Amino acid sequence: MLEVRDLHAFYGRAHILHGVSLEARAGEVVALLGRNGAGKSTAMKAIMGLVPPAHGEVAFAGKRIDRLPPYRIARLGLGYVPEERRIFTELSVVENLEVGRQPARDGAPTWTEDKLFALFPNLANMRERPGGRMSGGEQQMLTIARTLMGNPRCVLLDEPSEGLAPIIVEQMANSIRALKGEGLCVLLSEQNLHFSQAVADRAYIIEKGQIRFGGSMAELTADASLREQYLSV
Amino acid sequence: MTFSSILIQLLNGLAAASSLFLVSAGLSLIFGVTRIVNFAHGSLYMLGLYGAYSLIELFGRTPLGFWSAVVLAALVVGLVGVLIELAVLRRIYRAPELFQLLATFAIVLIIKDIALFTWGAEDLVGPRAPGLSMAVEIMGKRVPAYDLLLIVIGPLVLAAIWLLLTRTRWGALVRAATQDREMVGALGVDQAKLFTSVFFVGAVLAGLGGALQIPREPANLELDLAVIADAFVVTVVGGLGSIGGAFLAAVIIGVAKAFCIGMGSVTWFGVEISFSKLTLVVEFLIMALVLVVRPYGLLGKPQAAQRVAAEPAPPFKVPSWGFALVWLALLVIVPWVTDRYAAILLTDIVCFALFSVSLHFIMGPAGMVSFGHAAYFGIGAYAAGLLLKRAGLPMEAALLIAPLIAGAFAIVYGWFCVRLSGVYLAMLTLAFAQISWSIVFQWDSVTGGSNGVFGVWPSPWLADKTVYYYLALALCGAGIAFLWRVMFSPFGYALRAGRDSPLRAEAIGIDLRRFQWAAFVLVGALAGLAGAVYAFSKGSISPSTISIAQSTDGLVMVLLGGVETLTGPVVGAAIFTWLRDVVARNTEFWRAVIGLVILLIVLLFPQGLVGGLKALVMRWREWPA
Repeated sequence: MLEVRDLHAFYGRAHILHGVSLEARAGEVVALLGRNGAGKSTAMKAIMGLVPPAHGEVAFAGKRIDRLPPYRIARLGLGYVPEERRIFTELSVVENLEVGRQPARDGAPTWTEDKLFALFPNLANMRERPGGRMSGGEQQMLTIARTLMGNPRCVLLDEPSEGLAPIIVEQMANSIRALKGEGLCVLLSEQNLHFSQAVADRAYIIEKGQIRFGGSMAELTADASLREQYLSV
Repeated sequence: MTFSSILIQLLNGLAAASSLFLVSAGLSLIFGVTRIVNFAHGSLYMLGLYGAYSLIELFGRTPLGFWSAVVLAALVVGLVGVLIELAVLRRIYRAPELFQLLATFAIVLIIKDIALFTWGAEDLVGPRAPGLSMAVEIMGKRVPAYDLLLIVIGPLVLAAIWLLLTRTRWGALVRAATQDREMVGALGVDQAKLFTSVFFVGAVLAGLGGALQIPREPANLELDLAVIADAFVVTVVGGLGSIGGAFLAAVIIGVAKAFCIGMGSVTWFGVEISFSKLTLVVEFLIMALVLVVRPYGLLGKPQAAQRVAAEPAPPFKVPSWGFALVWLALLVIVPWVTDRYAAILLTDIVCFALFSVSLHFIMGPAGMVSFGHAAYFGIGAYAAGLLLKRAGLPMEAALLIAPLIAGAFAIVYGWFCVRLSGVYLAMLTLAFAQISWSIVFQWDSVTGGSNGVFGVWPSPWLADKTVYYYLALALCGAGIAFLWRVMFSPFGYALRAGRDSPLRAEAIGIDLRRFQWAAFVLVGALAGLAGAVYAFSKGSISPSTISIAQSTDGLVMVLLGGVETLTGPVVGAAIFTWLRDVVARNTEFWRAVIGLVILLIVLLFPQGLVGGLKALVMRWREWPA
């Protein structure tokens, strides 16, 4: 579904990604793990076209997307949920969803407001509330729901568990499993290994802009030295 | 004043407020979504007024002819807006914001000359609205029926915009993009189409604002800058991006102006106050007051920083001594080997070079964009002239004291300005420049009003044009060298630190406001020096030295050369001054020619001329590697 090969990206003059390769298949949850500043968010943004890739290939559903502007990438069915959530604070919950709305798409589940409110019941009670007056957890739900309104085939989730209360993290894990159940492919970036173990089938470890490990979640769980070297703080 | 005359002024003001609101709402919408300060918005208003005039002539002076002309004119202006967006702005959305500003200046110049070509230089007085030319009697006074209609149209349009923004998908997209347009793009929305549609709506509003004024105001070529200044004031007073705020501000300003006209001269406690003379400044006084009390306008909110992946400004490089000496030698030799005219043109160029470098200092290293830099240039010029003619000082003394007076004004103006930042700051500088302009323009007994000051000639030993050129070169050259030197002093570093990260600069103990204030005064004095030198070279001073057009000329010079280099503003000043001289001698439509040249440069070199050439050289050097 999503295939990244030898991706390089810069922030201004700083070379952040040094040849990242990874892939995610339909119906699969893949975690991109790494410490702060390892390049997780940049990798997400480079795939989405928000940071133009300097070198390398990104293919999505069999089509090269590494030269496309973000809106074209989104319209191919790749959804992006930013780490900072980037809720439209002046807009109500339903208006935030409206901005994300795209036509139905073959080979991807079609989302409606009602279906999303079923997935994130907290949101159903605050349809008219401005995005700026919601808690962090509610905003995190809304930002995912907003992206799902575009009926994506694959979603990039940038640090979905960051800064959330444990009970909300639990809900988030359930939601991600539900997305997997719908047949979506999910690529999530995380620092939280425990959370990733609960939801992901496979994992990559990124450090200093390079992939250091790629394999099943079970392999990573079994290898303590790997976790020690790249993930422990 | 009786109650009925107060009511009449109120109605008058409300009628004027409607058009003001329409044009400001359009400006505000466009700025919100595209972050472009569209200087050409006043030009669109002007086109609406001219267009309505011609269409009414075409359709006939019947109610149907009148109203279809007004609506059609607004729609045509909307299409002009779309054309501007597609042909120019779409190509430069990734360029620095200031460069987009430069492009809109170029469009102002081009539209002005298109209007001159199409409609001529004479004012065109439109017909009264057929069917509405009678007056309605209210409390014994007669009020034009058309004014009452305008009073109704304003709130109707406000309601329509509000519905559009809150009840449609388009409105949700516009409001979302105003906050975070990159995220809107990542959700699959084609920003280019959204921008084009916003430009269309904004331009239609400007065109409608102009077209509706046809029975009240003659179409003329000065409207573009006059209206844009008014619209800036209204949007800033109301709060950028707030449509309701724009309406409130338009009403306040429209009514305040009407009262100033209506009250005429009033004697209070033995002091005669001429309110009609206040008309030209009252809106700027309101704006200055509002911005000091509420820095984001009446209904505005602090602006969310738009996410742009722009690189930080690169450090400046000092021009080498060898480079400077070669140029200096050339500048000294040129008048010897060419004619007297070259000396005159070169004098202009060095004056504008200092003007432009001083503007660059405040915009570039200090990060405070000024839309009203002509204030200090003009005050310097007038101070020099008045010290010579009215105070009877010798010319040399007048020349040296004038910059101090300009600096003194900068102390006052700067105190207010450094409290703001970004677009609000730029608008406030424009307000102060306009206040200065209208004082100069109206104070006949001292400044000579619209005629200006005559007989401002240098002392006999400087009478020769070439000798005076050397003086100008020495003074302005020293001013430029001084500003460049200051840029690399701890003071200059502190300013640049404050520009790049105000919080961090303050956290390491820099009192940023004081530094910015000092920078304001410094560049004010040096712009004043440029103005004083310029005044004596011309022998006369007119209010145009302090006008908006003079301020925008300065911006064009800086941006044309490029903000990111030191030599850019000098090159920009030279090219602009030379080009204007050459083109103006050959065609009546010199503005359009300059506008087209600017557009070409904007599209080819989005970093300015000097920056663009440097990038080319860099690329060429890096080629083998």
